[in-house]
Amino acid sequence: MAITVRIPTPLRTLTEGKDEVEAKGSNIREIIDDLEGNYPGLKERLCDDKGVRRFVNIYQNEEDIRFLDSLDTAVKDGDSISIVPAIAGG
Amino acid sequence: MGKTYAELLEDVKGSVKTVSLEECKRRLEAGEDYTFVDVREKDETRAGYIPGAVMLPRGFLEMQAEQKLPDKKANIIVYCAGGVRSAFAAQALQDLGYARVESANPGYVRWKDMRYPMETPPDLSPAQLDRYARHIMLPEVGEAGQEKLLKSKVLLLGAGGLGSPSSLYLAAAGIGTLGLIDADVVDASNLQRQILHGTSTVGVPKVESGKQRLKDLNPDIEVISFEERLTSDNVDRVFDMGWDVVVDGLDNFPTRYLVNDASIWKNIPVVHGSIFRFDGQVTTFVPKDGPCYRCLYPEPPPAHLAPSCAEAGVLGVLPGIIGTIQATEAVKLILGQGEPLKGRLLMYDSLQMTFRQLKLRRDPECPVCGEKPTITEYIDYEGFCSR
Repeated sequence: MAITVRIPTPLRTLTEGKDEVEAKGSNIREIIDDLEGNYPGLKERLCDDKGVRRFVNIYQNEEDIRFLDSLDTAVKDGDSISIVPAIAGG
Repeated sequence: MGKTYAELLEDVKGSVKTVSLEECKRRLEAGEDYTFVDVREKDETRAGYIPGAVMLPRGFLEMQAEQKLPDKKANIIVYCAGGVRSAFAAQALQDLGYARVESANPGYVRWKDMRYPMETPPDLSPAQLDRYARHIMLPEVGEAGQEKLLKSKVLLLGAGGLGSPSSLYLAAAGIGTLGLIDADVVDASNLQRQILHGTSTVGVPKVESGKQRLKDLNPDIEVISFEERLTSDNVDRVFDMGWDVVVDGLDNFPTRYLVNDASIWKNIPVVHGSIFRFDGQVTTFVPKDGPCYRCLYPEPPPAHLAPSCAEAGVLGVLPGIIGTIQATEAVKLILGQGEPLKGRLLMYDSLQMTFRQLKLRRDPECPVCGEKPTITEYIDYEGFCSR
């Protein structure tokens, strides 16, 4: 199942500059593992050993997965996954 | 042969229902569903009018009635100074299809003599009426809204990329008191995006350069400058000045968390904006009523995962977009108009030229605004992203 994942600017160095990539998996955890296979280093930027890092949010469509089933949130074809990191520039 | 004025007036009075001032006062104080329409001229209403009255001068009555009185079935009481113009106006409204119109008898002169409830219009000077004319003609702002802006106080955190456009527009809008905090001096490399400053103020403290520019744009406002970095030591002093809104255009994580925690404890809404390279994020945090920054991002990233703007670069126009949206939010909050970006994160991608919105929720486990807060005093995070 191919899911579209939106990559924010700070992480595009890891995705050869691509702002959108495809990934496979039935839940967020599998999606992230699949991304890591293609773009090594990405997982470490998103997760620590407790789960999604506290300064990164992952959205399934318009909802924050922290308020769904976190990494176990099921995804389906056509879903759009967004990675939303905290940015602080002003 | 035409009618004489006396005959015309007699005819009109015969076809219009009148209502006594005593009855008008009773309806007003009982909160009954009546719309008072004042058809006097502007120079007359300046001295006072019936509270909540719609201003619709006789000369503009037919032209503006449908815009200002959209409901033709509403209960309408028209009044003027003595009851003559209101009778003609009531007749005109009936001709326009308003079904429930009455004319008050006699009128405001007597109303005032009886010391019935009145309201005076905002006390704007002729120069202010002129300067803010394009605001005042918006029904959502009007003279009352402009007066609110003039009496409001907005604190701008940072006089840099975001603070430049937001402070300029807030000054132009007539926010009566602007606070500006920034410890830096203007550097030539700032001018690619920090349009508050100029080549002539390179080397000058940003708050001073900013104050000069803002006072030039609008001498009507007061600018309070703080030439310092916001820290846990001075945050109480800076925040406890009665600010209505804080506009966060800071450039680093530690201070943003400090601002969040202080704003929750002091109950001040924060319009948050942040930028990175080509991307921007904006949202409005309303303490206890919506999510806070920690509901969104519970903790700041460690230094090695948080590149600074100086390292990362930023498109010069980007803060213009984000800062301007922040100013819009601040003005809306003060006017109490529209829908703030509460519980919504607006994400802007300047390369793709897309705006997207994500839902933000209050986290019941939020360490600051949640049910069992674990953070109860200011935290000084490790400093990074300093220029």
